[in-house]
Amino acid sequence: MTKEVLQKKEVTILFAGDSGDGMQLTGNQFTNTNALFGNDVSTFPDFPAEIRAPQGTVAGVSGFQLNFGSVDVFTPGDACDVLVVMNAAALKANLQKLKKGGIIIANAAGFDHRNMTLSGYEFNPLEDGSLEEFDLHEVDVTSLTREALKESELDRKSIDRCKNMFVLGFLYWMYSRKLDNTIKFIEDKFSGKQHLIDANVKVLKTGYHYGDTSETFTSRFEVKKAVLPAGTYRSIMGNQATAYGIVAASKKSGLEVFYGSYPITPASDILHELSKHKNFGVKTYQAEDEIAAVCAAIGASFGGSLGVTASSGPGIALKTEAIGLATILEIPLLVINVQRGGPSTGLPTKTEQSDLMQALYGRNGEAQIPVIASQSPSDCFETVYEATRIAIEHMTPVMFLSDGYLANGAEPWAFPQSKDLKEIKPNFAKPLENKDEKYLPYKRDERLVRDWAIPGMKGLQHRIGGLEKENETGNVSYDPANHEFMVKTRAEKIEKISEFIPKQKLEQGTLGSKVLVLGWGSTYGSIRMAVTQLLDDGHSVAQMHVKYLNPFPSNLEEMLKSFDTIIMPEINDKQFYHVIRSKFMIDAIPLSKIKGLPFTSAEIYEFVKPYCS
Amino acid sequence: MTKNPGSGLKARDFATDQDVRWCPGCGDYAILKQVQAAVAELGKEKHETVFISGIGCSSRFPYYMDTYGMHSIHGRATAISSGLRAVRDDLSIWVVTGDGDSLSIGGNHLIHLLRRNFDLNILLFNNEIYGLTKGQYSPTSPEGLVTKSSPYGVLDHPFNPIALALGADASFVARVLDRDPKHLKDELIRADQHKGASFVEIYQNCPVFNDGAFNSMTDKDSKKDNTMFLEHGKPLIFGAQMNKGIKLDGFKPVIVDLEEGASTDELWIHDENDKIKATILASFFEDPSSEGALPRPFGVFYQNDRRTYEHALNEQMSEALEHKGEGDLDALLRGNSTWEIS
Repeated sequence: MTKEVLQKKEVTILFAGDSGDGMQLTGNQFTNTNALFGNDVSTFPDFPAEIRAPQGTVAGVSGFQLNFGSVDVFTPGDACDVLVVMNAAALKANLQKLKKGGIIIANAAGFDHRNMTLSGYEFNPLEDGSLEEFDLHEVDVTSLTREALKESELDRKSIDRCKNMFVLGFLYWMYSRKLDNTIKFIEDKFSGKQHLIDANVKVLKTGYHYGDTSETFTSRFEVKKAVLPAGTYRSIMGNQATAYGIVAASKKSGLEVFYGSYPITPASDILHELSKHKNFGVKTYQAEDEIAAVCAAIGASFGGSLGVTASSGPGIALKTEAIGLATILEIPLLVINVQRGGPSTGLPTKTEQSDLMQALYGRNGEAQIPVIASQSPSDCFETVYEATRIAIEHMTPVMFLSDGYLANGAEPWAFPQSKDLKEIKPNFAKPLENKDEKYLPYKRDERLVRDWAIPGMKGLQHRIGGLEKENETGNVSYDPANHEFMVKTRAEKIEKISEFIPKQKLEQGTLGSKVLVLGWGSTYGSIRMAVTQLLDDGHSVAQMHVKYLNPFPSNLEEMLKSFDTIIMPEINDKQFYHVIRSKFMIDAIPLSKIKGLPFTSAEIYEFVKPYCS
Repeated sequence: MTKNPGSGLKARDFATDQDVRWCPGCGDYAILKQVQAAVAELGKEKHETVFISGIGCSSRFPYYMDTYGMHSIHGRATAISSGLRAVRDDLSIWVVTGDGDSLSIGGNHLIHLLRRNFDLNILLFNNEIYGLTKGQYSPTSPEGLVTKSSPYGVLDHPFNPIALALGADASFVARVLDRDPKHLKDELIRADQHKGASFVEIYQNCPVFNDGAFNSMTDKDSKKDNTMFLEHGKPLIFGAQMNKGIKLDGFKPVIVDLEEGASTDELWIHDENDKIKATILASFFEDPSSEGALPRPFGVFYQNDRRTYEHALNEQMSEALEHKGEGDLDALLRGNSTWEIS
């Protein structure tokens, strides 16, 4: 049977099922295959908070949204074109995300009486006509999988676990994709367990052939290769890029990494990734608590390694006193905050940009530190590399901000060559020239940076600590004038870093436009798409995204003041807005979203549009 | 202990130009002197030695040692030195802490350091009081003690630091007194020579806020009856005339009088490698001056050579290097599947 093939520029699919249904794996496979094919992709996994929330309930639904296209893709997509649901709860949790007329592929077995009750449906939505405005396709994935594996030696439970492969195979058919990449993945994953390889591949193929032979679908779709800048690409997730950035900074600086960490969502994957790379000289240390994690990293930096610690907001709160210590010690320390919804334990699996104020001001006393934020999953690499460079070269703790959305999202990455990465030069102390000279640990160079004498360097032994120190000698000092001098000198040292970072630029549009959409962090993609659309509409609008949040690039104020109206979308309650307002006396217009979810580009577009005319 | 010819440094070479600022009569002076002597005798160079402290009177210590040093934050010296040791197995690392610093605010890090067994020396200055904050009770203050924060007496039951360290599987556990300088120095040297986490509790008198807390164990008249010095392979004997001994009746320690017929043959022979007996010794913790009480033991309770954390870590690092070869950054960044766009 020949079926019609429709061309699509861009498609958004949401896979949803029980947290045990393998939706994340399915989504990741579909992403990789499309990326390898040459589409631009962007993904957004949405996990439930509990590892295994009660099966069949709305609380237990795990989702994976991806957007792929032949055009530039900057977000995981606003509304979905296709919703794949493994049970009734998954439909209930996600139906509002589907476009009118969108396709629903529903696993019929997930809509039995038990599933209906657990998800709180009174009538079966597949039968009661409530889904009339959508293109509904019921497929009994569970029985088709069981049927395909009726000869298999696997037990029923293991057979049912293969059903995500049916869905994946079916989607590959729908979007005219090859199975090779996933078959190779299955062979690697179950290496040595031939019966599992056979079963999964069989179900994958069954899903594919089902598309071809069943009468359900009359058309399939094609999304051509995207026109990305020339180069070699791979797919990368934010936390993975962060880990790679740390490894790269270690290689380029010649410093061994010591990564002190305590498990916390959504930062733990950085620990998992780094712990695989011991052959790069990366030492990972799972500490007894957040405080020990940062303190051990400080101890390692004191010993001449690159001390790194990572956490999310609640853990950063615990590390605060130690970050203050590193600030007054003036030693390199990289602190990573993969932000999540707060306050307190908040929304561990949901994204938010609400720790900006914590990063900028969250320490006792006058304790300025550089703060840098990443704007996309692959950008985590470059940004954490920059954060590390600044920490090492300017002898200071640096806060790198990521968030749950960046951490777990994936996109194509034109990865760099190691030879093209900026040099990183540790500021090691030199031996004293004559024997009677006394080493001055807090003597500074023209950048106000002290040098780094590590234990083992002969004749340079010295004492440092958390008490206020005398200028140059580092001896304890309670002298009033010295304290004021030291506080201001430490602040000026950080301020001077603005001379060593790139100038601020515009992402889109021109200086002096009527409206500027000003953002930071993970809102980049949604803002980008909204502003592109506004520009296409002919509006006078520009986009600026600030990566260096402390100190700011030196030209930022001048640029900002060229716009009539500045609109600031943030996934928090106006934090960056307050910073810009207090620093530059600019009366911007905030656009807040505090729902644990990223902006859709439509939300930004609709908000900004009236200000453009 | 033979002198190491390596450094040729004397105790005074380890002093800094900073004025020592503890209260007159503080036990810390005696400890500082013996630490400087011990470090000189151990023969490490100044630049190969590191002192790390937290917060409290004792934590001023690094400023007075002409080595590398860090006066860090409250309770965290143990965590900081763990990180330092993980990356530097070539240094001699000493942690200086107090009863508040390491048993209260930093209690968690102490027990985890001990179980991991980083090779470093923890000197716990125990004065059973908070000195720097001017006289509040500490986690080792005895019940009923009247302090600024307990005008009606302390309600908390105190920690037994030796038992705590043994419970955390410390590989070297000793107790010493600030007023017994010779013994103090000898045990410090042993602590440094032990490969693993060495926990040394030092009874230290605070003449201002808790004067005389250990008098029954340091006063000339009473100390011999109230204290007992442990020596590996030797019977447990104490008393003014060395006239009393300890024997084990099952698991129960019993005092016997050597002048009234008891023989040294039946006495408990101290074995530093015996964890169970060390645990019994740690329980000699009642007020030793009370009627019929067991004496307070000093010296090395327990020591065994257990794998250190940094050794295991470095082994894992070398294995990874051997199996995978030196990390190739470009290969890592490229990953397993790429595609070209031209």
